Amino acid sequence: MSERARDAAARLRAGDTAALARAIRWLEDGDALGASVLREVAGAPERAWRIGVTGPAGAGKSTLVDALITELRRRGQRVGVLAVDPSSPFSGGALLGDRLRMQRHTLDPGVFIRSMATRGRMGGLASATHGAAILVDAAGFDVVLIETVGVGQDELDVAELAHTTVVVSVPGLGDEVQALKAGLFEVADVHALNKADLPGADSAERNLRALLDLETQRREGEPRWAPPLVRTVAARGDGVPALLDACDAHRVHLAASGEGERRAATRAEQLFYALLREQAPQRLLARATDLDRTIAALRAGEIDAFAAAEAVLAGGGLPAL
Amino acid sequence: MAKRIRVLLAKLGLDSHTIGVTVIAKALRDAGMEVIYSGLKQTPEMVVRTAIQEDVDVVGLSSLSAAHMSHFSRVLELLRAEGASDKLVLGGGVIPERDAEKLRAMGVAAVFTMGATTTEIIEFIERWWTQREAQ
Repeated sequence: MSERARDAAARLRAGDTAALARAIRWLEDGDALGASVLREVAGAPERAWRIGVTGPAGAGKSTLVDALITELRRRGQRVGVLAVDPSSPFSGGALLGDRLRMQRHTLDPGVFIRSMATRGRMGGLASATHGAAILVDAAGFDVVLIETVGVGQDELDVAELAHTTVVVSVPGLGDEVQALKAGLFEVADVHALNKADLPGADSAERNLRALLDLETQRREGEPRWAPPLVRTVAARGDGVPALLDACDAHRVHLAASGEGERRAATRAEQLFYALLREQAPQRLLARATDLDRTIAALRAGEIDAFAAAEAVLAGGGLPAL
Repeated sequence: MAKRIRVLLAKLGLDSHTIGVTVIAKALRDAGMEVIYSGLKQTPEMVVRTAIQEDVDVVGLSSLSAAHMSHFSRVLELLRAEGASDKLVLGGGVIPERDAEKLRAMGVAAVFTMGATTTEIIEFIERWWTQREAQ
C-alpha cells in the first residue's frame, strides 16, 4: 500500500469530498491507486443504505433522485449520489447531464453528487460504480442513491449493487408494461409510477398492479415481500415521502427476513466475478510471453485464434508451430 | 481503462442562452471527453463545488453578461482556496479583448470569444492535457 493511497483513504474517511472524488476518478481510470484505496477501506462494515433508481429513458429518474435527496435531507440523512450516463460508443466521450436536475443541492455539504460515464460497460452502470459506492459509504454518507442510464430489459446491474432497487415507470410510454415485463420488472423491490398526474396514469397503474399480482405469485416461497407501487410526481415532490417510506419498509424486511444477508452473500460473489472479468484479460495479456510474435503468427495464418488463445490462457506464449 | 479528460461547462450569471454551450458540449464529447453540464445561472461557489465533486480537469466558464470579470475572478480565487488550482480554467462568451487580457492575467488559461471554433477549443485542451500527462 503506497503512502499516497493510505493518505487518500484517511482523508476520504474524514469526509474530504475532494479526496473522495479523486479516488473515484482513480477507479474510473483504472489507476492502481484506486484499488489500493478500496482495499484500505474495504474491511469496514457496510453502513450506507444503497438505493438504486432505474427505469427507461424519460421516466424522470434524475428528477426523482433530486426529490429523494430533498426528502432524505429533511430526515437528517447525508446523501451521496452516483449518476450514470452512457458513453458514446463512437468517440468514448459522454454528456453527463443528470446533475442538471439536482442543482439546488450543489451547495449542501450533506450532499455529494458524482456523474459517471459507462465507458463501454453494458448493464446500466459504469465498471467503477460498485467501488465508488463503497467509497461514498466510507466517506460517511448515510444513503447512496445510484441512478442508472435509461435502461431496456437486460441492463440490471443495479440490482446487484443496491440494497433496494426502485424501478421508475411513467404513463403513456406507449406500452409501458411491455417495457417492464422482462427483467426490469423482476428486479424491482419498489415501483414508482412517476408523472402520475399525466393522462393515462390510472390505466398504467392498473396494468402494473396486474403484473405485480403475478410477480407476487412468482416469488411465493421466498421471504415474503410484495413490491409496493407508489405514485409520484417527482417535479413537485408528490408521493416522494411515501416512496421513501416504502424503501425503508423494504430495508426492515431485508433485515428481519434474513434476505438481506442472503443478498449480501450473493453480492460479494458477484463482485468477485465482476472484478475478475474486468482485470483478468489485462493481467493475462501482461503475463503472456511472446505476445507480439503470437499475434504476428496469428495474423499471418501460421496458427489459428483458438490455439493462440489457449496458449495465452495456459500462461504461455507462442504455441508450438 | 483509458483515462478520459473530464470537463465542466458552466454558465455564470443571469443569461439564459444555451445554444453555444450545447454545441461546445457535443463537440467535446465527440472529441472523446466526458462533459458535465451543470446548467444555467451558476454562482462561482456552485461551479467550484461541482468541479471538485466531479473531479474535472477543465472548467469552461461562459458568460454573456457583463459580470464576467467578478465571477471569473471569484471562481479562480475559490479554486485556489480549495487547493484545486491545478484545473485548467477557460472562458468563453461575449468578452471584449481588454477584459480577456485581464482574465488571462488573472489565471484564465484562454478566452474564446464568439469567432472561436470548437476545433480551436479542443486542440487547446488536448495540448494542455498532453503536456500535463507528460510531466
